Amino acid sequence: MSTTESGKTGEVSGDELGAAGSHLSTAPQEDRGPTLPRLGVIGWIRWFWRQLTSMRVALILLFMLSLGAIPGSLIPQSGVDEMKVQTFKDAHTTVAPVYDKLGLFHVYSSVWFSAIYILLFISLIGCIVPRTWQFVGQLRGRAPGAPKRFSHLPASATWRTDAEPEQVRAAALEILRKRRFRAHVAGDAVASEKGYLREAGNLIFHIALIVMLIAFAWGQLFKSEGGKLMVEGDGGFSNALPMYDDFKSGNLFNSDTDLTPFSFQLDKFDGTYERNGPNKGSPRVYRANVTYSVGATGKEQKTAIQVNDPLEIDGTKVYLNGHGYAPTVTVRDGRGRIVSRQAVPLLPIDSNVTSTGAIKIMDGYRDKNGKREQLGFNAFFVPTFAGSGKGNMFSQFPALDYPVLALSAYHGSLGVDSGIPQNVYQLDTSKMKKFTDSKGELLKTRLRPGETMKLPNGAGSITFDKDIKQWASFQITHQPGDGWALAGALAAIAGLAGSLFIQRRRVWVRATPGADGVTVVEMGGLGRSESSKVAEELGDLAAHLHEQAPSAADPQPAVPAEGAEK
Amino acid sequence: MNLAAATNENLAHISNVLIYSSMAVYLLAFFAHMAEWVFGSRSKVGRTAAALTQKPTAQAAAGSVKVQVKEKNGGTAVLERPSVVTRAVSGTRDVPDGPGASGGDEQGDLYGRIAVSLTVLAFLVEASGVLTRALSVQRAPWGNMYEFNITFSTVAVAVYLGLMLAKKNIGWLGLPLVTTVLLDLGLAVTVLYTASDQLVPALHSYWLYIHVSTAIFCGAVFYVGAVSTLLYLFRDAYESKLANGGKPGKFAASVLERLPAAASLDKFSYRVNAAVFPLWTFTIIAGAIWAGDAWGRYWGWDPKETWSFITWVAYACYLHARATAGWKGRKAAYLALIAFGCWLFNYYGVNIFVTGKHSYAGV
Ligand code: HEM
Repeated sequence: MSTTESGKTGEVSGDELGAAGSHLSTAPQEDRGPTLPRLGVIGWIRWFWRQLTSMRVALILLFMLSLGAIPGSLIPQSGVDEMKVQTFKDAHTTVAPVYDKLGLFHVYSSVWFSAIYILLFISLIGCIVPRTWQFVGQLRGRAPGAPKRFSHLPASATWRTDAEPEQVRAAALEILRKRRFRAHVAGDAVASEKGYLREAGNLIFHIALIVMLIAFAWGQLFKSEGGKLMVEGDGGFSNALPMYDDFKSGNLFNSDTDLTPFSFQLDKFDGTYERNGPNKGSPRVYRANVTYSVGATGKEQKTAIQVNDPLEIDGTKVYLNGHGYAPTVTVRDGRGRIVSRQAVPLLPIDSNVTSTGAIKIMDGYRDKNGKREQLGFNAFFVPTFAGSGKGNMFSQFPALDYPVLALSAYHGSLGVDSGIPQNVYQLDTSKMKKFTDSKGELLKTRLRPGETMKLPNGAGSITFDKDIKQWASFQITHQPGDGWALAGALAAIAGLAGSLFIQRRRVWVRATPGADGVTVVEMGGLGRSESSKVAEELGDLAAHLHEQAPSAADPQPAVPAEGAEK
Repeated sequence: MNLAAATNENLAHISNVLIYSSMAVYLLAFFAHMAEWVFGSRSKVGRTAAALTQKPTAQAAAGSVKVQVKEKNGGTAVLERPSVVTRAVSGTRDVPDGPGASGGDEQGDLYGRIAVSLTVLAFLVEASGVLTRALSVQRAPWGNMYEFNITFSTVAVAVYLGLMLAKKNIGWLGLPLVTTVLLDLGLAVTVLYTASDQLVPALHSYWLYIHVSTAIFCGAVFYVGAVSTLLYLFRDAYESKLANGGKPGKFAASVLERLPAAASLDKFSYRVNAAVFPLWTFTIIAGAIWAGDAWGRYWGWDPKETWSFITWVAYACYLHARATAGWKGRKAAYLALIAFGCWLFNYYGVNIFVTGKHSYAGV
């Protein structure tokens, strides 16, 4: 141990101070250069382990972690926005495959990023465990005895007094203990130390990091997250796998037991938007009013879900994450019989809620010859139309000021049975025929609420009803381990504060009979790092001790304490 | 409602006028600081060289000094205090701090005082500008980058004046700070200006107050830390050149000579960075909690989140470096500058170049 003593005591060289400067922290010692092991496999493993748990490697790994996080913020990530990734891949056909190989589209779950943080945490554990034992040992032990010469310490004071050495030591002991130094008499001096909380805080901080990582990992393994789009007044949602539009879960998630039983339905969506100013169109009120019940047979309760205000039921949270319109359309066949009346949710494509989607009539429709057929409409909807002749079908404002629905009509087979999963918002027209107008072009019309588009040759009609509904989409998540992560985070802050704001320092007081029978008092202070606080505190302590052991009346010229000349 | 809107517009207008006025006063402060440095260059001190060529000695005072010590019961007692000998530990240069911008020159000193007074005035005007802006929108003044910028520079100046009030040797920060504030405000009123308005619902949360206010404060303090780190690097180069018997250029000798010693600057920047690091940690955690409420996940590697994390890890690197043999001093200082660079990029770069969930912060 003695060869590595130096370097532990801040900048003070251990050679000058000997044992007095040792163990002022539990930071691991640095290996001096790469002394390669000579002995076989075990030697190598030992060497590798010592490297991995050294401060230098921790530093390098930390640095690599921050470097490694950068590409993920500049390249689109599939976990964040799949669409953007696709666009990027289409636009950069040469680099995209390389990026793909390197896992750059999912940096934070890539092999190399995981390798960095797993190594870091192994290093952390390998570092924390011995440091904790060492710290416990320090708590049990006592401050090391005084160095031979105090003049090497960053702060020291000396004077001569008529008080007896024992008296001085007793007084020093009392003064130091009153200030919560851990003090004891060692030989002709009092040795004391204070600020162990610094080390404790540092250990707590690093342990809290481990707790947070475990909590996150736990949460990832057991979490579930799904989306559900609901139209106002629709039937309710109850929390079971088949009810979700899309669903993701961690590897250890069990859908039979891990879904919290509850149900809810969307009563009404309230949205208002800024009418004027530069932020025109930004949402002001944005609220889903819902009715929910907990458990299978719970009482019905009403509440509102807003953007910053999810509904929380037994650790499951229901977030409002999107909104749009669902125009109600009525489809009639050639004889005027209603085939379908439904509110069709359309997907917004811009911030003014210009929306697109598809209306699909799967069954119930027969053409004028009585033959079964399917109908399909491409729908384009704007809540606020610019006015005919004024540009395109792009909405001018998100509220329902002047709604217009544009439709184009097809008939034939929707291709729903082909086995390929279909996007409900898109029409697959490969097996469909266009309805055509008098000029033989695709039949399309812009409708105002209440208006009807007639299909040619008595094929029926479609009416844009006045009742335009809104829909809201919800994200339903359950992530266990949140509590632990939060507790870890708070402990980390507390530990950090302790570690950074508390100084660990030692104070020694030596009292020896001088040559002329007068007692020589020497005081010295040593901090972990050079700090003016140590000198100030020493001055303060000296003042108090001086009160009880005042300077000898007749100051002799200079006690030979080297370096103490004026 | 309309009436309220009118008063709000008036307030917003007043706020703009105040911000422009504060810029004018900062500009005067800038000139006063320049004058301070220019007049200060008349003095030839050269204490650093002197200290470096002498054999290092302990600063000592024999005998005893009288000191006043506060007692628990509120009174003070005059104690005879043995003087404490401090000793620069081995491996560091024992160099006194420079005399400050004015270099002890009387006229320079006068301009220095004028500069500080003007800075106080400008700060008050700017703070009122921020306040009226907040009143005009009836919320915290940090809903977009313009507001963020004006608040940020106000807080940075507040940190500087606060340190000055606490009697810290911080005068050297005056000129760089006022310069940056002018740049920051210039950017705010030209490129980033956004008329006052309410917030989108995603920003309606008390976490906005907690998360953003601490973020701004941390940024201001990190800024102070970064300036002192940068000056440390210059001053350190200057000192080591002197120590090795080199002859620094005239400009360096005149300007750097007046800065605090490299060791003091280094210590100061470490203290400043270390002191806000826990708060920065808290800022990120508060942001995560808010994201949990607003977006349904605590952490989603959104660019802003990612860069906050990178900044955090970079500062953690810096703190580690200071405890690692071979990394103290200049290497650690470079890490501190990189870390501040990350913070800057997180603020400007991410808002402007990268789109993410945070981009509604309104450039
Ligand atoms: C997970 C990544 C890590 C992070 C984010 C981290 C962060 C920090 C921070 C912020 C500090 C400053 C607190 C202080 O100075 O007391 C610190 C100190 C420290 N860390 Fe880490 N650390 C990590 C991993 C490690 C590892 C792997 C080791 C061991 C090799 C380690 C050993 C230390 C030691 C000994 C100190 C105290 C330095 C001193 O006393 O000045 N840390 N760490």
